[in-house]
Amino acid sequence: MGIAQPSRRSLLTALSAGAAIAVAAPALTACGGDGSGSGKVTIEWLDIATTEPSKTIYPEIVKAYEAAHPNVDIRLTNMENDAFKAKMTAVTASGDLPDIFVTWGGGVLRQRIDAGLVKPVDDSAFLDGFMPVSLQPYQFDGKTYAVPYDMGMVGFWYNKDHFEKAGIAEPPATWTQFLDAVRKLKTAGITPIALAGKDKWPGHYYWAYLALRLAGADGVAQAAEAQNFGTPPFVQAGQKLKELVDLDPFQQGFQGAAYDAPGGQAATMGAGKAGMELMGQWAPVVQKDASGQDLGDALGFFPFPAVEGGPGKVTDVFGGGNGHALSKDAPPEALDFLKFLMNEQNEARLVSSGAFMPVVKGAESAIEDPNRKIVAERLNGATGFQLYLDQAFPPAVGQEVNDGVAGLMGGQATPQEVAQAITEAAKNA
Amino acid sequence: MTLSSTSTSPKPTAPPRGGPPPRRRSARGRRLRGWFATTWFLVPALLVFVLFVLFPIAIALYTSFFRWGGFGWPEDFVGLDNFRELFADPVFRGDLWRGLVLVVLSVGVQLPFALGTAVLLNQRMRGRAVYRAVFFAPYILSEVIAGVLFGMIFLPGSGLADALIEDVPLVGGLAGTWFSDPGTALPTLFAVMTWKYFGFHMMIYLAGLQGIPKEVLEAAAIDGAGPWERFRHVTLPLLAPTLRISVFLSVIGAIQLFDLVWVTTGGGPTHSTETMAVSMFQFGFQRYQMGYASAISVVMFAISLVFSLLYQRFALRRDLQGAMTSTGGAR
Repeated sequence: MGIAQPSRRSLLTALSAGAAIAVAAPALTACGGDGSGSGKVTIEWLDIATTEPSKTIYPEIVKAYEAAHPNVDIRLTNMENDAFKAKMTAVTASGDLPDIFVTWGGGVLRQRIDAGLVKPVDDSAFLDGFMPVSLQPYQFDGKTYAVPYDMGMVGFWYNKDHFEKAGIAEPPATWTQFLDAVRKLKTAGITPIALAGKDKWPGHYYWAYLALRLAGADGVAQAAEAQNFGTPPFVQAGQKLKELVDLDPFQQGFQGAAYDAPGGQAATMGAGKAGMELMGQWAPVVQKDASGQDLGDALGFFPFPAVEGGPGKVTDVFGGGNGHALSKDAPPEALDFLKFLMNEQNEARLVSSGAFMPVVKGAESAIEDPNRKIVAERLNGATGFQLYLDQAFPPAVGQEVNDGVAGLMGGQATPQEVAQAITEAAKNA
Repeated sequence: MTLSSTSTSPKPTAPPRGGPPPRRRSARGRRLRGWFATTWFLVPALLVFVLFVLFPIAIALYTSFFRWGGFGWPEDFVGLDNFRELFADPVFRGDLWRGLVLVVLSVGVQLPFALGTAVLLNQRMRGRAVYRAVFFAPYILSEVIAGVLFGMIFLPGSGLADALIEDVPLVGGLAGTWFSDPGTALPTLFAVMTWKYFGFHMMIYLAGLQGIPKEVLEAAAIDGAGPWERFRHVTLPLLAPTLRISVFLSVIGAIQLFDLVWVTTGGGPTHSTETMAVSMFQFGFQRYQMGYASAISVVMFAISLVFSLLYQRFALRRDLQGAMTSTGGAR
């Protein structure tokens, strides 16, 4: 090569110096907190706050806590969602979890609890301050294994202008009324529902909610326990869904549409090209993001309608949230920090910034957006709760629900086949 | 490429090294020394090959006999259950069928198309280099980028493809289907595959065509052979080694297709574009049924292996004489 000797050498020197710094930097920062002899406590905190506003707020809260407790050193690491999941899988296998980590509850958390890696939150006075529904994803055998910090639910986000144009006076309260509304929207020349068929999980919401209404929250839990989804309520859920699918309510080419990609479900809804979508509390933000448009006051929310003949109430909610769990070796200061994180002042700040939905009783007053307010009130008044099925069930069962329902919506599977396939997956999992 | 590297075998005699002056050695000693040198040169490559190829294959084979979620060590031995389940699964049988369809389409449609283009671009014409570059360009793109691109082009309702054909009679009905309809998704996928890969095969053919001596074609012309006869009886036979390699690459590529499917359709709608590799990923990394996914990978490997061996034994025998199909003792 034509590179002169000195320049090549200096290049190598520079490279190795860079490498040395890269290696040393974490080591140096690590040195700062490890003076364990002087009563110093180090807390490892693994989170997923890579986006604003929590990306900024979290480190500020950490600083405030460290200022008040000089002996505590909190090391916050934020990872992107999927990288976080991969990392957690790896550290679970090694049995060495971070002191504080994000969890969505359900089957995955259960797995770690069963492996003896998670410490229960044993301060009932502290837990009493939370909305009961927000604690449910983390409760197993009478113990609570995480402190919630966000909670949401799935419901219908609808375009009020379209509903008015189609002559629908009030959001439908029953499944019959709902199907009627779909027919009216179609007659008015409006695509009734935006759906991301390619992503599958948005479709599973329909089946899950119908099952929740027809079997009740207890019925779903019992079916999961007995590994039998072939009972009448679950077949009926498929049949009711088939009634909807037969009306051809989705946008053209929905089977190829993604959720948040250009031209997908959220973009279709945000651009005002569909009457409604069944989605979680994050829907308005993603609509704006994906379509570059804002429905503004035209956007409304109504809960999934009641279904005739089922024990489930319209106030039973389907959704999920985020919580912070503690590893079995977490120091007592870790729980103390979580209390600090969720105190009135910090919770109000996190909620009003739009980062999260409130989980502390009374914090919903910090919300200004009317739609988020409605969701918060619904959550507060929830009579029953079902976690996202792909979180609550083992992954294989959750995916089978997604696949089966996608097949049903594409006209390739019957309600019986779907129920049977899910049962089989549950038995095998 | 592969052909030339196998035909020029390196001389086994090691070059004189520094140090003690070379002494006379017996023929046997020299051979032994050559053997040592070969071994030492092979060690790094062998190590990497064993560690990253043979070892994973062995592990996949091992775990395919277990019901295993991917955490800890596989313990629940189920024998051949995973394979039994696999071949009873309509989705996996569909995978095999769709794989076959893609292989047949690749060899039957994509390669002739590439050959035709290559023959056209082998003639003297204005802008020949530009055409070659343009047709080859898609091959340079990563599959993911091509997938995202065509995802946008075939976007239902607002994509470029819909806008183009919406008002065209006969095909106007295709608007809004493409990747969104179980009936059209696989042909659409194949169209994207062709767009992406025909340029590569065209390039191989062009290289092969350049190697055909003009004298032969001229002689055929003088003997009164028309353009078709010249192509059929002179060009094609002389191009045969190139064609055989191209078919081989195309078939193996179709069997292992993953990226493009994953980005454009994810295997849907309702499994209509799912390939073995997609099924494997879904079972392994979405359902965490690693044992079952391993079984799929083992079947994929077996199919590819059997195909390669048979193909090399029967089709590539002449091209790879002595390199892989014989034991090497003939040399």
